[in-house]
Amino acid sequence: MARPPDRSARTALPTRDRTRDRRMSENADTTLEQNESTTGGAPSPGDRLRKIRLEEVEKRYPGTKQPAVASLTLDVHEGEILVLVGPSGCGKSTTLRLINRMIEPTGGRIFLDDEDVTKANPDKLRRRIGYVIQQIGLFPHQTIAQNIATVPKMLGWDKNRITGRIDELLSVVGLDPDTYRGRYPKELSGGQAQRVGVARALGADPEIMLMDEPFGAIDPITRDRLQNEFLRVQEDLRKTIVFVTHDIDEAIKMGDRIAILGEQSVIRQVDTPERILAFPVDDFVRDFIGEGSTLKGLHFETVDEHVKLEPYPTMHVGDTPTDAAARASEANTDWILLLDEQDHPIRWVAVGDLERGEAVTAESGSEVAAKVSLGATLFEALEQMLISEAAVSPVVRDDGSFYGVVRLTHLNRAIRRARLEAREHYESLEATS
Amino acid sequence: MDGIISWIDYISGRPDEILETTWDHAKITLIVVVSATVFSVLLGLFVQSRPTLRALSLSLAGIFLTIPSLALFAIFIPIVGIGNEPAIYALFLYAILPILRNTVTGLDSVPSAVVESAKGMGMNTTRQLLQIRIPLAWPVIMAGVRISSLITVGIAAIAVLVGGDGLGTYIQGGLTRLGLPNSLESVWTGTVFTVLLGLVLDLVLATFQRFTTTKGQRL
Repeated sequence: MARPPDRSARTALPTRDRTRDRRMSENADTTLEQNESTTGGAPSPGDRLRKIRLEEVEKRYPGTKQPAVASLTLDVHEGEILVLVGPSGCGKSTTLRLINRMIEPTGGRIFLDDEDVTKANPDKLRRRIGYVIQQIGLFPHQTIAQNIATVPKMLGWDKNRITGRIDELLSVVGLDPDTYRGRYPKELSGGQAQRVGVARALGADPEIMLMDEPFGAIDPITRDRLQNEFLRVQEDLRKTIVFVTHDIDEAIKMGDRIAILGEQSVIRQVDTPERILAFPVDDFVRDFIGEGSTLKGLHFETVDEHVKLEPYPTMHVGDTPTDAAARASEANTDWILLLDEQDHPIRWVAVGDLERGEAVTAESGSEVAAKVSLGATLFEALEQMLISEAAVSPVVRDDGSFYGVVRLTHLNRAIRRARLEAREHYESLEATS
Repeated sequence: MDGIISWIDYISGRPDEILETTWDHAKITLIVVVSATVFSVLLGLFVQSRPTLRALSLSLAGIFLTIPSLALFAIFIPIVGIGNEPAIYALFLYAILPILRNTVTGLDSVPSAVVESAKGMGMNTTRQLLQIRIPLAWPVIMAGVRISSLITVGIAAIAVLVGGDGLGTYIQGGLTRLGLPNSLESVWTGTVFTVLLGLVLDLVLATFQRFTTTKGQRL
C-alpha cells in the first residue's frame, strides 16, 4: 500500500519506520478477513529462511550448579531483527556471545545457514559475523578508516576495494567520508563513535550482525536518532540481526520479533512485538513489559482506509449557520469542523455559536491544531485526540483534505481486536501442538 | 671560575679520548637497554595474564634493583671474569624492573572493550597482540625503556670497578689521584659526559617513541 512520503519525518514517536509500516499494512490487509486463516496473504516471518539456529545450546561455567544458559533452542530468520530482552543477569548477552563463540557453549549445536559451526574455526566464523558492543571498542591508535578496514584487510581484499568500502560505509552511517576517514576515535562524540562501530561491523558485508546493547551508553535523544537511522539502513541491507537490550521499549521499537528471556536464558515468549503486547503469555512477561503495554500496542495499529472511520459534521465558510447547527445536532456533536475550499480542516466551531446565528468566517471558533494523516499510527491519533478541542482526531488524506475522525471507540476496538487475534493465535498453536 | 676554565682546558686537550670513552659507555648502555627491552617485554607479555608468575617476576626484578650495585657487579666476576661482561650482566638485571613493570601495566591499560571487539572481529591471539595490545601498550612500555636507559647510563659508570670501560674511568681515575693536578677535572668530565649521554639517549628514545605511536594515542 502506498504510504505518504513524509511518514518518517512527521513525528519523533518510536517504532514508526517504514519496515514496520509495511508489515503493519500487510497485517491490516489480512485483518479485513479476520475470520479466515491469519496465515494467508503477506509472508509472515515464520515462512522466511532460517539463518541462525541454536539447538539445545547450553553454557555451564565450571564450579557453578546452575547453567548460565540452559538448553536454549532458537531460530533467527533471514533478514529479521530478533531482540533478546530480559532482566539483567538473565544470560541474554551470554546467549548472544555463544553465537559467534566469544563464549564457547558447553552443550548443544549452533548452525549458520544449516552449517554446523559449533566446531568451526572461531576466528574465521567471527569474520563472517558483524559484532557491535555497547562500549564500542574502536581501536584508539587507528584512524576511522583503518578501524573500518579491519575485517576486509584480514579477508585479503585489495586496496581499492577497501578504500571504496570505507567511504561507502561512512556514508551509510551518515558520516561524511572526507571529514571522518582520517580522524581518530577520540575525536568523535559517543554517537559518532557508535556509528563507526556499526560501520566497522558492516565492514566485510557480513550477513549476520550481533549487537549487544549497541545504543545503551548513548544519550536518549541521540539514541532515538541512531535507532531510527539504523532501522532505515536495515531496510536496505536486510541483515539477519540478533540484538540484545534490557530495555523493553527499545525491543519493541527495534524488533521484528522479540524473545523475552527469563533466568538462565529460558525463553518465556518469542513473537512479534504487537502480539507480545497484546497477549503476554504469563505474569513474568506481563511484569516485564510493564505498565502501558496497551498504549504501546497502539504503535502497531494504523489509521488507514481499512479502519472504518466515522464521518463528522462539516461546513464551509458561507454555509448557513443554523443548517450547520442542525447537522451537528443530528450527529450529536458539540462541534462542527470548518473546511476551506480545498476541504482542508481549519477551525473547530462550537455548535452553540452557530445556533445564535453568528456568521462563520475563516477566523471563527478555534484552530484545528491536531490532525493525523491516513496511515498514521493509532498512538499518534490518540495523542492528537487528547489535545483536540472536540476530543476526536481528524484524519486527512495525502492531499490534506478531510477524511474522517478517529474516536476513542476506534482505539478500543483496535486494541481488543489485536488481543483477540493474539489469543486466537496462541490457542491455535496450543491446539496444533 | 678558575675550576671551570681549567676543566675546559682539560677536555679540549683530549676530545678524541673523551668521545671514545663516551662511545664505550654508550655501547655498554645500548647493549643492556636493547637486550633488557627484548627480554622484559617478552617476559611481560608472558606473565601479564598469569597472576602467580607475574607477582613472582616483578618481585624478583624488584629485588635485583635493591642489591647494591658494587656487590652485584662483583658477583659476576667469578662467572664471567673481569671487563665489560660482568658490568653488562649486572646492568641487565637492573634494567629489567622498569620495563617489565611498564609492559605489564601498559597491557593492563588496554581497554577490555577494545580487545573484545578485536576478538569479535576474528583477530586471532597473535594478531590481537601485534596489532592491538602491543601498539596500545607501547607508550607505557617506552616510558619504562626510557627510565631503564637513564638508570643504566648512570650505574654503568661503576663498570670501571670490575675492569670495564666507560666514563667511570675518568671518575675513578680522578678520585684515586685526588689532590693531584687534573684530578677534579677528570671526575667532572666523567660526571658531565655521563649526564649528557643520558640526556641524548632519552631524546633519541623520545623521538623513537613519537615515530612509533600514532596521533590517536597522543593527547
